[in-house]
Amino acid sequence: MGIIKTKDLVFEYIRRDEEGNVEGITKAVDEVSLDIKQGDFVAILGHNGSGKSTLAKHINAILYPTEGTVWVDGMDTADDDKLWDIRQKAGMVFQNPDNQIIGQIVEEDVGFGPENLGVPTKEIWERVEESLRAVGMYEFRKHSPNKLSGGQKQRVSIAGVIAMHPKCIVLDEPTAMLDPNGRKEVIRAVRALNDVENITIVLITHYMEEIIYADKVFVMDEGKVAMEGTPRDIFSQVEKLKSLRLDVPQVTLLAHELRKSGLEIVDGILTKEELAQALGL
Amino acid sequence: MSIILNHVNHIYEEDTAMAFPALTDINLEIPDGQFIGLIGHTGSGKSTLVQHLNGLLKPTSGEIYYNGADINEEGFNKKELRSKVGLVFQYPEHQLFEIDVFSDVCFGPKNLGLEKKEVELRAYTALKQVGIADEYFYQSPFDLSGGQKRRVAIAGVLAMKPEVLILDEPTAGLDPKGRDEILDQIAKLREETGMTVILVSHSMEDVAKYVDRIIVMNKSRVLFDDVPKEVFRHYKELEKVGLAAPQITYIMQELKAKGLNVDTDITTLEEAKEAILKALGKK
Repeated sequence: MGIIKTKDLVFEYIRRDEEGNVEGITKAVDEVSLDIKQGDFVAILGHNGSGKSTLAKHINAILYPTEGTVWVDGMDTADDDKLWDIRQKAGMVFQNPDNQIIGQIVEEDVGFGPENLGVPTKEIWERVEESLRAVGMYEFRKHSPNKLSGGQKQRVSIAGVIAMHPKCIVLDEPTAMLDPNGRKEVIRAVRALNDVENITIVLITHYMEEIIYADKVFVMDEGKVAMEGTPRDIFSQVEKLKSLRLDVPQVTLLAHELRKSGLEIVDGILTKEELAQALGL
Repeated sequence: MSIILNHVNHIYEEDTAMAFPALTDINLEIPDGQFIGLIGHTGSGKSTLVQHLNGLLKPTSGEIYYNGADINEEGFNKKELRSKVGLVFQYPEHQLFEIDVFSDVCFGPKNLGLEKKEVELRAYTALKQVGIADEYFYQSPFDLSGGQKRRVAIAGVLAMKPEVLILDEPTAGLDPKGRDEILDQIAKLREETGMTVILVSHSMEDVAKYVDRIIVMNKSRVLFDDVPKEVFRHYKELEKVGLAAPQITYIMQELKAKGLNVDTDITTLEEAKEAILKALGKK
């Protein structure tokens, strides 16, 4: 079994009117079965309302399945006794950095998680240092978080999660509110954690360029997994992605358009270097 | 008619140890009907700047003229200004509150003291302008999708019939299709009504695709103010201030470096496609 496994996962929202009568049931996640290996970099794509965030919230037991089962590192998330173990194994980073930082000083904020786990003080400081170094924020350890840029704040949020020594980090649109540099910083930090620390990454995003290095991509639609494969498999299907309200990286789209104009280029070009090669340069 | 900013400075918490300049010597002229992209890294002063344009913030020094009148002069009608210069904040859907979509959009014009018929006509027109179909009018705004909610919130500002529409990152958090839909609608709306649009954005691709003019903010100052092609020619300086050129520009630079005879100041996909086909002798 992988680090994260779901079997026939269903999650239903019950919609109620103002008097509290049941109006209907929405299946936000509909029979999803996934198996994610330790150390994988997995991306989840999907339009607004496709069920990807609902799915992600099952991975650290913020939501529980209506039907089916979710296991994190072998533990069933429905098992109440395992709640804190599960949240320590699978950390989560959200969209808005300002909602996730509580400390007055960067290093205090990062130490908050391990402190709550009852880690001895000396080790907390070791963990804070290594976590801040892992995201390239060590030199800011004495700063006040509200003086940092968006990208820096998100990296502090990520450091706060790493300090818990998780096996897996779920990031739900961590770059949606950031400027181009902030986006780059965060994605670079995430990739480094995956490469160097072998932490499993589940990245949810609307920016197609961010996931070209993922090991595997799942595309959600109406609560189901509509497509799965490598970035190249997925981005080779430009028209299908567009029908799911998604997109492909700009370089992939350019190559696709050139192909439609009669050039012989394979579909699924992911980098500018690949495009140059495909054009025979 | 136009908006003119003359030596505008804004210092947060002036006269304290925390004093922080958010705008430094801003001089701009914004003529009617322009589609402007305002870019800059987080904290560069973009939001402070747009909040000056409809009088939400007052400059520490300097003047702002709207159609020739100083908006911070005593007796200037700020209420009217705020209906003329419509500001759509980030995540505007968080400001929806009425029981149904139609009432929510009526709220603004109703507060202008207009007749009921006029209020409803404006709400109807605005909802149509943002592409919300009739069947949603009497639903709770909270039952709509993210993209729809955001469009309803934009309609709320459009119903005030603004002459200038300012949007602060209107596409943050939307899926790619939702992004395109909103920006296409805004572009169309501007063509139809001739209103001025100021788009605050972190997406260089969107800015390159839609606007006629880009204003780049950095550390409280205007760093560049020009047509997109010229601004993106300074991509090295843009990178230094947390921004970038559109991805297409980097692709063209790569192809040029590998020996393909293409211009490196191309910013949109259409242009890139034409240039590559031409360079390869296919056109």
